[in-house]
Amino acid sequence: MAAAIFSLFIFVVALLIGTSSASSSGLQILQAERQIELTSHIVRVYLTLKIENTEDAPATEVLLAFPPTQFDHLALVKAAVTVGKKRKKSYVPLEAKPTERPDAPNGTKYHSVSLLKPLAKGETTNLEILYILTQSLEPFPEEIAQSDPQLVYYHDSAIILSPYHIAHQATMIKTPSNNVESFTQVDPAHRSGSELRYGPYEGHGPYSYSPIIVHFENNHPFAVVEELEREIEISHWGSVQVTESYKLAHAGAKHKGAFSRVEYQSRPGGSGVSSFKHLLAVLPPRVHSVYYRDEIGNISTSRLRTNSKKTELLIEPRYPLFGGWKATFLIGYGVPLKDFLFESAPGARYLNYTFGCSIADTVVDKLTIKVVLPEGSKDPSVEVPFAVKQSLEKKYSYLDVIGRTVVVLEKRNVVPEHHVPFQVHYKFNPLFMLAEPLMLASTFFLLFAASVVYLHIDLSIRKKC
Amino acid sequence: MATQETSQSATFRHAFGNVLSFAVLLLIGVMAFSIRLFSVIKYESVIHEFDPYFNYRVTQVRLVFVYGIFANSFLRDQFVYPLGRVIGGTVYPGLTLTAGTLWRILNSMNIPLSVETVCVFTAPVFSAFASLATYLLTKEIKGAGAGLTAAALLAMVPSYISRSVAGSYDNEAVAIFALIFTFYLYIKTLNTGSLFYATLNAIAYFYMVCSWGGYTFIINLIPMHVLLCIVTGRYSPRLYIAYAPLSLNVVSIRMLNITFRREKAASSQASSLISEVKLGIVRVVMVVLGTLLAALVPVVGFNAVMTSEHFASFLGHAANLQMSFSNSVVFIIIHVVALVYYIKGILSPQMFKVAVTLVVSVGMVVCFAVLAVLIALVASSPTKGWSGRSLSLLDPTYASKYIPIIASVSEHQPPTWPSYFMDINVLAFLVPAGIIACFFPLSDASSFAVLYIVTSVYFSGVMVRLMLVLAPAACIMSGIALSEAFDAENFLIKAGDTTKVTQNDVKHEKSEDTIKERSSRKSKKKDKENIERPSLVSQVEKRLLVLPLETSVIAVFLLVLLGAFYVVHCVWAAAEAYSAPSIVLTSRSHDGLHVFDDFREAYAWLSHNTEVDDKVASWWDYGYQTTAMANRTVIVDNNTWNNTHIATVGTAMSSPEKAAWDIFNSLDVKYVLVVFGGLVGYPSDDINKFLWMVRIGGGVFPHIKEPDYLRDGQYRIDSQATPTMLNCLMYKLSYFRFVETDGRGFDRVRNTEIGKKHFKLTHFEEVFTTHHWMVRIYKLKSPRNRIRGKTKKSKSKSGTSTSSKRSGTRKKNPWQ
Repeated sequence: MAAAIFSLFIFVVALLIGTSSASSSGLQILQAERQIELTSHIVRVYLTLKIENTEDAPATEVLLAFPPTQFDHLALVKAAVTVGKKRKKSYVPLEAKPTERPDAPNGTKYHSVSLLKPLAKGETTNLEILYILTQSLEPFPEEIAQSDPQLVYYHDSAIILSPYHIAHQATMIKTPSNNVESFTQVDPAHRSGSELRYGPYEGHGPYSYSPIIVHFENNHPFAVVEELEREIEISHWGSVQVTESYKLAHAGAKHKGAFSRVEYQSRPGGSGVSSFKHLLAVLPPRVHSVYYRDEIGNISTSRLRTNSKKTELLIEPRYPLFGGWKATFLIGYGVPLKDFLFESAPGARYLNYTFGCSIADTVVDKLTIKVVLPEGSKDPSVEVPFAVKQSLEKKYSYLDVIGRTVVVLEKRNVVPEHHVPFQVHYKFNPLFMLAEPLMLASTFFLLFAASVVYLHIDLSIRKKC
Repeated sequence: MATQETSQSATFRHAFGNVLSFAVLLLIGVMAFSIRLFSVIKYESVIHEFDPYFNYRVTQVRLVFVYGIFANSFLRDQFVYPLGRVIGGTVYPGLTLTAGTLWRILNSMNIPLSVETVCVFTAPVFSAFASLATYLLTKEIKGAGAGLTAAALLAMVPSYISRSVAGSYDNEAVAIFALIFTFYLYIKTLNTGSLFYATLNAIAYFYMVCSWGGYTFIINLIPMHVLLCIVTGRYSPRLYIAYAPLSLNVVSIRMLNITFRREKAASSQASSLISEVKLGIVRVVMVVLGTLLAALVPVVGFNAVMTSEHFASFLGHAANLQMSFSNSVVFIIIHVVALVYYIKGILSPQMFKVAVTLVVSVGMVVCFAVLAVLIALVASSPTKGWSGRSLSLLDPTYASKYIPIIASVSEHQPPTWPSYFMDINVLAFLVPAGIIACFFPLSDASSFAVLYIVTSVYFSGVMVRLMLVLAPAACIMSGIALSEAFDAENFLIKAGDTTKVTQNDVKHEKSEDTIKERSSRKSKKKDKENIERPSLVSQVEKRLLVLPLETSVIAVFLLVLLGAFYVVHCVWAAAEAYSAPSIVLTSRSHDGLHVFDDFREAYAWLSHNTEVDDKVASWWDYGYQTTAMANRTVIVDNNTWNNTHIATVGTAMSSPEKAAWDIFNSLDVKYVLVVFGGLVGYPSDDINKFLWMVRIGGGVFPHIKEPDYLRDGQYRIDSQATPTMLNCLMYKLSYFRFVETDGRGFDRVRNTEIGKKHFKLTHFEEVFTTHHWMVRIYKLKSPRNRIRGKTKKSKSKSGTSTSSKRSGTRKKNPWQ
């Protein structure tokens, strides 16, 4: 981490010294407002930009700049443009994708937002941007004892990093509680309760940067799913079986020294405040045969609440998780087929299921979704609203002969905002459903036929009397 | 015309009976399987207890992680650190191979069951097979009716259920099947004289040898039976064929030549030359097969049996001597007898008489010589040729007097009377009737059954564990008794039916009735009507009875009642008594069911939050579970072959903190795990087992003395306890900060307040305690921290002495 801070420092120094050669673009930001939410372990940044084109050439895209350290932890960038005035205001989502710039100073990374229509000279537009950072809160001290609260650092810049000139800007930082140990002063900056306000700053040139560190108490459970593998198995006999295997970790400050159960039990508020023992998994409605277990058997501490909209599964790992502790478990359930599988054309079907992880408010470092199509299905294709790594596998289960096609989707850094539906299309002939029952029936028939034959023939050479 | 009709209907009836018995057997199998599923339904599909976890681990490693020979070396390092355990030589491979093969077959058919699932359901599946084997065995002894009854009884005998519920993945799970099946094949060979069955018998016996230490029971029982047959003048070539191949498995290679020659003598009974040659070839194959098979099983390799001291081969030790002794003696005897019969066939009566006197006089001399040599050999060995366990088999109180580690295991205690009633229930009352029935008439097979029950009753009296051997015998006997009783009653009810109904009809009705009765009794449904209705309908007008009709009906009714009681008891035992997996505990209170899942909580914690090569020390009971569930290397485990090692841990637990730290540190232990039930009232915790630790530790390290831990001969942990007790590691680790839970430290198991309430740990650190405090895990403080703590304390005294002390104590090995 020290190296990262150091490189950031070099980067900032270089930025400040370096000449602003990248300001070739004719865009200018009239007003920028940024709100950084540090209330959980997922950092959400809401950015409102008012952009004006000052050059003749119409602008088709707007660049968002990120320092390289932040870019690596960027889970999601969403952009929208405001259409209409006041009452009729509505948001139209825009496409945002990472891009490379040859003239980027000091490894600055970009996301480019394509505008709906090119921005002519003198025109302005309002952009709403949300980006989410994971693993950006660094616990300090790195190790805490059972009774200590968890303190973390957040690094950012007081001035918004941008390839454009920003005329007017302000930043609000929201911390989970009033306990803020320290924050970097960049005048004007002040704090009121759990809110930190940087700015307003006027007239900063492109690539201006002013590093800040906020040191504050954050006892939010830092639940991180290091690996999650979801297997969605489609059976045309009426059910979709989902198995999710979790590798959960507490990614906050590491637990140090003794763990005393008597303290943990007698002072629930004062001991192990950053630890957690409950997790809430939100499952689809009408689930059946839910199970929650790990490799050594059933875990008895869970509650299932069902209603017509959704199913909530309140799970407790075997032991409370303190900083650095890990746990693995498995959640499985079945859902009715008709809720998720639809026929698009004769013979062609698609599965519509939610991407992401069932457990609320967690970050998934590595998510693998395996959609197991029924045996004999053909031409699988996937529709996901964001970039994922795709591959195909074969799986053999219950009496398969030719194997089932498995569509594998992989994505890193998944946050709750990724919980959107995705579709898997494939072609399937219902006759394949009968293959296995027929196979079983014929096997038994042959078995009985063979025994009948065996009982009726006499293999002895001499006739017995 | 009439005869043709009868024969036709007879075949029809025969076929119908076969189908019926097949259906009944199928139902019995289903029942045997399903009665053992209570544990899965009430709890979950997990491996139970302690030893099964080891078996599961071995299976898992052999199948999933590493293949073949590497598995053994991989496993060796995981158990009993730092000594390691030679898996190949101390594990019966039968069970793991069976489950492994099942798993492979299922997987090759693309049925993706996990290894654990297969292991959990191995025992119920094999108990269904065992019922089938019982049917076959009893059928050989007393006919199909008795067979079905015995199979039904065995399917639900509580003693067997206790060892074969789903999840009880232990050697006994498959071994009981192998035992009964071997007996069946032996009897079958005895009855038919078929070499085919003899070969099967050798293979079944080999499987049994692979599976369980109880194989010595077979190899002692069968020679005894052979001897009995010879002594009672029942020698026949069939006996020879039944016994000889089996004994080849255990008789040493040196016997090979002699065997071959003797076989020829035996085969002279066969008439044609072809069959003789064929026989000869088969026997050669058998000899090779037998010796090879015996040599293949590493556990049974003579070295292993002689040296290894594990519980599984409890019987093996008693039989060490007998095995070679009784076997070779009987083996020689049977050949002598065979020779005598052969010679008798050749010679004229006078010549034979002369030969007999000659042989007898020479034989006497030889016998005396052999006996003298044997006595000299036995007397010259320091232990008189008997190991501790063999002695305890002869004298049940021996172990508790001299070997604490054997006595500390509850299943090695002699049983109490209630446990007989619990485990075999009404069978205990039916057995004598069965024995009587076996004597009318006494055949080779039924004499074997009698011998079996008599010996197994003795063995079960020595050790609770061997009740399992008694159960099949009791079932067979009771099956015979019940079946005979029903036959008799039926006969009485129907006797005198001469005039109105044709013989054909009577027969038909009778056989149908009996089968129906049995089947219905088995499937425990509406027995009364079934029996009474047909009998009353057809027999109302009959008056020519030996016993009054009413008496017979009442007798039948009482028998059915007895059976019903048995069924109720078995279902209760299966559901309530024997289904708890023991790693999950439940308690019912006014506000519902409480689940105590602390063991797995602790194991899961260990598995996820400690380093992979950390060593965990705990009392040996939890060794297998720690290895299997927490995947950590343990210091001692349930394989108790190394008494010294266990004693070391016992010593550490009974020592004060400092000495214990030294012992554990020298063993490279990182974590110490104790089980503590004082908060929730879990009685089988480490404090209650603690005296055994003291005894076993003190047996090897004399500075641990049991009286130091007892106040006036009483074991107590309250304020009257001795200072040694209050300062020992086990006390401290169990009660560390316990007083803070309720303010006074009231132990709910011992029902007393603890003696020493406020104390600190200097060399250990609490790192985890489970929700109900049942498992507490401590970490050994690293030497640096420990010294720092010490210097802080003794700063006022002197700063320099500690460092020298440290270097002095660190490397010291406390038991050398």
